[in-house]
Amino acid sequence: MALDRRSLLGAAAILPALGGLPFRSARAQAANTIKIGVLNDGSGMYRDIAGETAAVCARQAVADFGNQGFNVEVLHADHQNKPDVGSNIARQWIDQSGVDVLLDVTTSSVALAVNDICREKNKVHINSGAATSDLTGAKCSPNTVHWTYDTWMLAHSTGAAMVKAGGDSWYFITADYAFGHALERDTGNFVKEAGGRVLGAVRSPFPGTTDFSSFLVQAQASRAKVIGFANAGTDTINCIKQAAEFGITRRGTKLAALLMFLTDVHSLGLATANGLVCTETFYWDMNEATRRFTAKVRPNMGAIYPTMTQAGCYAGTLHYLKAVKAMGVAAAKASGVEAVNRMKALPTSDDCFGQGSIRADGRKIHPAYLFEVKKPEESKHAWDYYKLLGTTPTNEAFRPLAAGGCSLIPA
Amino acid sequence: MLDAIEAILGVPAPLLFGQLLLGLINGAFYAMLSLGLAVIFGLLNIINFTHGAQFMMGAFAAWMLLAWAGLGYWWALLLSPLIVGFSGIILEKLFISRLYKLDHLYGLLLTLGLGLIIEGVFRNEFGSSGLPYRIPAELSGAWDLGFMFMPIYRGWVVVAALFFCIATWLIIEKTRLGAYLRAATERAELVQAFGINVPRMITLTYGAGVALAAVAGVLAAPIYSVNPQMGSNLIIVVFAVVVIGGMGSILGSIITGFGLGIVEGLTKVYYPEASATVIFVIMAIVLLARPAGLFGRA
Repeated sequence: MALDRRSLLGAAAILPALGGLPFRSARAQAANTIKIGVLNDGSGMYRDIAGETAAVCARQAVADFGNQGFNVEVLHADHQNKPDVGSNIARQWIDQSGVDVLLDVTTSSVALAVNDICREKNKVHINSGAATSDLTGAKCSPNTVHWTYDTWMLAHSTGAAMVKAGGDSWYFITADYAFGHALERDTGNFVKEAGGRVLGAVRSPFPGTTDFSSFLVQAQASRAKVIGFANAGTDTINCIKQAAEFGITRRGTKLAALLMFLTDVHSLGLATANGLVCTETFYWDMNEATRRFTAKVRPNMGAIYPTMTQAGCYAGTLHYLKAVKAMGVAAAKASGVEAVNRMKALPTSDDCFGQGSIRADGRKIHPAYLFEVKKPEESKHAWDYYKLLGTTPTNEAFRPLAAGGCSLIPA
Repeated sequence: MLDAIEAILGVPAPLLFGQLLLGLINGAFYAMLSLGLAVIFGLLNIINFTHGAQFMMGAFAAWMLLAWAGLGYWWALLLSPLIVGFSGIILEKLFISRLYKLDHLYGLLLTLGLGLIIEGVFRNEFGSSGLPYRIPAELSGAWDLGFMFMPIYRGWVVVAALFFCIATWLIIEKTRLGAYLRAATERAELVQAFGINVPRMITLTYGAGVALAAVAGVLAAPIYSVNPQMGSNLIIVVFAVVVIGGMGSILGSIITGFGLGIVEGLTKVYYPEASATVIFVIMAIVLLARPAGLFGRA
């Protein structure tokens, strides 16, 4: 906002007459406002998975929650998948802008950094976009709720399903950072538990790898029955596209896209992606409620349909606001730990994930769905991409509470 | 024999041959992109940071021609460089031509800014996860080379890239037009005095350099995800290639492009985590030992 000297002087002249009223009311306003900062990839490879649309979904939650006597403001920033950039924005938001909640935080390396900051500053961290299961395991925090999915859940659902279908030897192509390592570790554990073997892994630099053919050929040379892609976004898209080009699936090797989003399938096209299996916790065309949610947010989100990450931002915001209403704005702003405790005490209910709850370690639990990508001729309308293969029920979908090594859980 | 090689190299020989070949294919992209940059830098003295965006535009133009006009790969290979090259000519006329008398830094900043704007516009319009583009039917399928399964399309990429590289080199080094261009780089006013329209020649050169980027974009569309950031991932590497080869050296950029592709391919076998960094390590060493680049004249 541009202020010229005249209006500034004018304002200064009026101020004494009002007895400083605007300042006081502004402060009162701030005390009665909850600020939610959506921090994610706004311009890189994960933009369509999260991006500005995550903020659109959070705003939809605010609108659906309605006016309950306090204001809610939603901000959005791009962390460029860099932990240092993400940490700076998070600190600035908390210290200067008075942000109460860090929401979404895609990219595990950034999420782990923000996790520490929120704990240090006693703010709330509702994570939807990051995958690492360490957020509710070794790195768990009383300030964090991990909403949508995690590497353990993906490994358990997709990994176990592949082993059951005969894929008992694996080779991983892994994005070389926190997320890829966690996904490879968690999937490898399941493969070994189920009696399978992990023959090897290759770590691809992240970000900055476009050509995966070299890694695919190495994977093929290992003669593994399954090549597991422990990566996401355009990395996964490039892997699948190039695997098709090198005829890897035609020779009987199975591909496991351990984390694939609806937008990735859209980008690949059904002709390339059909037959792949993947796990999600939200699919827009799942039931009446998810379609209702999608119809509400679609007009504000450009050409794409909502992903589970974006749905998680909606549901997480809605549930947080319910907790704020229950405990009062002042108490919620004063302590992130208390706000999260209240979130854990309340059962969750929303259009995207149905009924659920948040465990003591911060893990939000709900069912996980194993999907197969449809063939082009099976797709009846726009973005009709998945058919349901199986559902893992809520109490089995995520890592058992005791197995995560979270310090919040008494041993 | 193969066992002996394996004992020496520490990896199975077939795997190594495969990796060398794949490295060569990636090198083809580096060579084509760095060639365009070298041509533009050599003749215009502009460090064209818009190059990555123009590579991306080439791929998107191919997608648009298919999706909106029903024109397939071969038409795209012809039309996309023309369209993108023309857009380059407009950029040159409107903006870049104003900077020839200024320091390199201004050109770098302007083209970097233009590149970011173009990328942003495409991201707004098409999102970040990319668009599907199929390998043309004539080039789909693969050869079994014994040591690896070689997609026909990748072979085509190497052939096409070599063709464009050699053609460009021949035009610049062996034709009268090339002689004018080289003369204009040395002494523009003198060439102009002979009645040659130097500004127009420079504009067309920029267009041609951009068209080369677009050709690389079309070649890349069927194998890489067609997304707005596809150029910015490559361009930094390509700049390192140009620096290693010697700024403005046509032959240098071609040889270094292919060579570094192979080095990168080998790194992916022995130490994959470093495969994104190895080119920059080489760049640092080359800058220390030969600041003008391997093929550059000091």
